[in-house]
Amino acid sequence: MLTIAQEIFDAIVAHAKRDHPDEACGVVAGPEGSDRPVRFIPMVNAAGSPTFYEFDSTELLQLYKDMDARDEEPVVVYHSHTATEAYPSRTDIGLASEPNAHYVLVSTRAHGNSGGPVEFRSYRIIDGVVTEEQVTIVPLTNPQQTEEASTP
Amino acid sequence: MAIEVRIPTILRTYTDGAKAVEGAGGTLSALIDDLEGNHPGIKDRLVEDKSGSIDLRRFVNVYINDEDVRFIGGLDAELSDGDQVVVLPAVAGG
Repeated sequence: MLTIAQEIFDAIVAHAKRDHPDEACGVVAGPEGSDRPVRFIPMVNAAGSPTFYEFDSTELLQLYKDMDARDEEPVVVYHSHTATEAYPSRTDIGLASEPNAHYVLVSTRAHGNSGGPVEFRSYRIIDGVVTEEQVTIVPLTNPQQTEEASTP
Repeated sequence: MAIEVRIPTILRTYTDGAKAVEGAGGTLSALIDDLEGNHPGIKDRLVEDKSGSIDLRRFVNVYINDEDVRFIGGLDAELSDGDQVVVLPAVAGG
């Protein structure tokens, strides 16, 4: 199960809507082993594409160095689908390389850049096997977490 | 000649869980062969056969002292003692 704060859920959805019709992508980091996604880090989709996403290689290195220095790991890896359902594509499954991460898929196909609900679903992807999991949204209770969150 | 190689989570099955291992080699290609000697199977996760020649896999990023090796010669990129190599799978999908 993915437990995620309302603010971070909202930030992911806002990022996906903003970048529509291109795919949006990013990470929510958290203390290693905690399973708590607390630091929202939107990334640039270097592919700039409605059907593909990829972190820029230099930004990817910086991201992992930052997380390493903070004893964090990517608790959530998110991206959007802009014309299809919020389910991992074959490419998503083939390239998933964080066995500890929750892979969050957001679909903006219904409302694009405008308001309105989006599909927000979460999966484990391990060795090519996709397992959907429940998403629980909780109010942000620890003010420390707000301070840790990066501004987009 | 010791070169520190940072190993991503997904490849730690080849390093008994170690986050970093030491290797040797004057080029990235030689380093990968050296790693394969101590951690059998790891090479195939880093390189692939592309029409007869061995090249880095498209969705594996390797950095030498923070430089993406694709900009400094790929598998022929030179290494010296004390260099730090980081391996990171691309975060990508469709």
